[in-house]
Amino acid sequence: MTRGPPSVAEVYLIKEPIVGSIAEFFQHLMNGLTLGGIYALIALGYTMVYGILKFINFAHGDILMVGSYIGLFTFDAIRGQTMGPWTVIAFFIAMLAGMLFSAGLGMAIERIAYKPLRRATRLAPLLSAIGVSFILSNMAAWMWGTKSRKLDYPFDNSPIYLKGVSITPHQILILAVVIVMMVALKLFVDRSRIGKAMRATSLDQDTAKLMGIKADKIIAITFAIGSALAATAGFLIALEIKVYPSMGTMTGLKAFVAAVVGGIGNISGAMLGGILLGLLETFGVALLGIPYGLRDTIAFVALIIILLVKPEGLLGKAEKEKV
Amino acid sequence: MFNFILLILIYTAIFALMAIGQNLITGYVGLLSLTQAGFFAIGSYVTAILSVTYGWNFWLTVPMAALISSFFGLLIGLPTLRLKGDYLAIATLGFGEIVRNILNNWDSLTNGPMGIQRIPMISLFGIQISPYKKWGFLVLVWIFVLVAYFLFDRLAKSRLGRALEAIREDEIAASSMGINVTRYKVWAFILGAAVAGVAGSLQAEFILSVTPGAFTFMVSIMVLCMVVLGGMGNFKAVILGAFIIQFISYFPQLVGLSNVIPPQFKQILFGLILVVMMIWRPQGILGREKRSAPRRLFRSGGDV
Repeated sequence: MTRGPPSVAEVYLIKEPIVGSIAEFFQHLMNGLTLGGIYALIALGYTMVYGILKFINFAHGDILMVGSYIGLFTFDAIRGQTMGPWTVIAFFIAMLAGMLFSAGLGMAIERIAYKPLRRATRLAPLLSAIGVSFILSNMAAWMWGTKSRKLDYPFDNSPIYLKGVSITPHQILILAVVIVMMVALKLFVDRSRIGKAMRATSLDQDTAKLMGIKADKIIAITFAIGSALAATAGFLIALEIKVYPSMGTMTGLKAFVAAVVGGIGNISGAMLGGILLGLLETFGVALLGIPYGLRDTIAFVALIIILLVKPEGLLGKAEKEKV
Repeated sequence: MFNFILLILIYTAIFALMAIGQNLITGYVGLLSLTQAGFFAIGSYVTAILSVTYGWNFWLTVPMAALISSFFGLLIGLPTLRLKGDYLAIATLGFGEIVRNILNNWDSLTNGPMGIQRIPMISLFGIQISPYKKWGFLVLVWIFVLVAYFLFDRLAKSRLGRALEAIREDEIAASSMGINVTRYKVWAFILGAAVAGVAGSLQAEFILSVTPGAFTFMVSIMVLCMVVLGGMGNFKAVILGAFIIQFISYFPQLVGLSNVIPPQFKQILFGLILVVMMIWRPQGILGREKRSAPRRLFRSGGDV
């Protein structure tokens, strides 16, 4: 949380207020969508875990950071000297490596730090998660140094101009990966057997167990998927900003806000919330004249407003509190 | 060496004040608030600005620090305390960051990242209590801790404390007993903020300068660790927790190994403390304070 290198939001927030031309509007729209897509990927992890375990995985942002580092190391190791088709393939292999590592890490964390606390008070897993988050970010600082690292671009990133709107190849790549991931996840959760078991577990864990679903296994899979998505987001962020040990904190918090805005526990809600938050940040700074210095407050104000007005989120179902 | 121990004891006291506030909020009401660093910062800056820019006496800035911190406690508490517990953690964490953001950016008042230097020292009846003479300062900060301990311990055993504990045990049951849940939560928040503000004042006087960099999330985590380690719901325990955490913080310097032990060592240890305590000893080292049985006129027939 130290004032370090910029967070991913800062890449896409344009400081100067704009003179309302259509092109500029689309420019902000494009930037907002890219930023929002990244938030959405991260928000999915929060929302899936919350849906099943009813707790906030504070360490999610740090899992993102670890995935980002692993991806970066792998990419540096396997990419050649020159840019070419291979570097693009290497980019995806590196992304996969980060995802796998983070998935394993997420499962390990669940097993060690959260599973023993299933039946404890509500406060216990939260505190444990904060502890894990602190351990991860400081371990990273210790092992990999606090200096931020830059990912070598896999391909030329000179922007393409489309009727005055500048779009970078990175943005296209980010959006493409985000869309593929979201569609894949949605299909997986809605259509596959495991997805069905996940939905059942999140609906009612005890009944799901009675139906023969191994809830512990489903919870582990949920953590693995959420962490892999976070790692993807982390590696995509590495295209735009540098990688450093506390990179996941602020981005993770905002993604959590996105999950709440969309309706926590709801997968489509997390996607919608992420995109909305991305748009809100870009347009908030550009059009609504919110001072650039207060850009990080937008998300928290949005959180407080949504919780006061519609606490179940945009797509969430209102839950009656039972005695 | 000896100076180091005095330093640890002074910091123990400053952080114990914050931990006492956190204990009321987390230990008694069961709310996870991550904002003590924010109130600590506000208290520090109130003392710094009032004494440097406006030439106030330290003893007048302390109540102001408490007052302004608790005002912000009210401000952040009113909307967020209606939220379910988990959201509160995020909202308060956001608040702490916003405070630091504002301190960093509001140059005309806070002098930005440079902070405020040359804060006048405390004087009491013409005697200057300088941070360079650690004994005097040590006595001063511990008097503050004792007063806070006494006040909060009494308070926690009063009607307010019982209401707070009822809310922790079961919010719905508490509200059906006629306890105004939001109001009591906000009160706990205000009191916790006030004592953190006072801690901030003392910190400003001890360092004689304030910078936004001193009030990171790390501070809130340390305070949380103190409460968890000592024992939630026990004011003596959190003071013990404060000492242990400060001792760990300065351990590398104390044994002269600060070049060998990496600076992240203590943070990793704090994280481990949170995880390990939650799994193996969630009640903390000393555990929750047992309520002494009320004096009874008649013997009751066994436990109900």
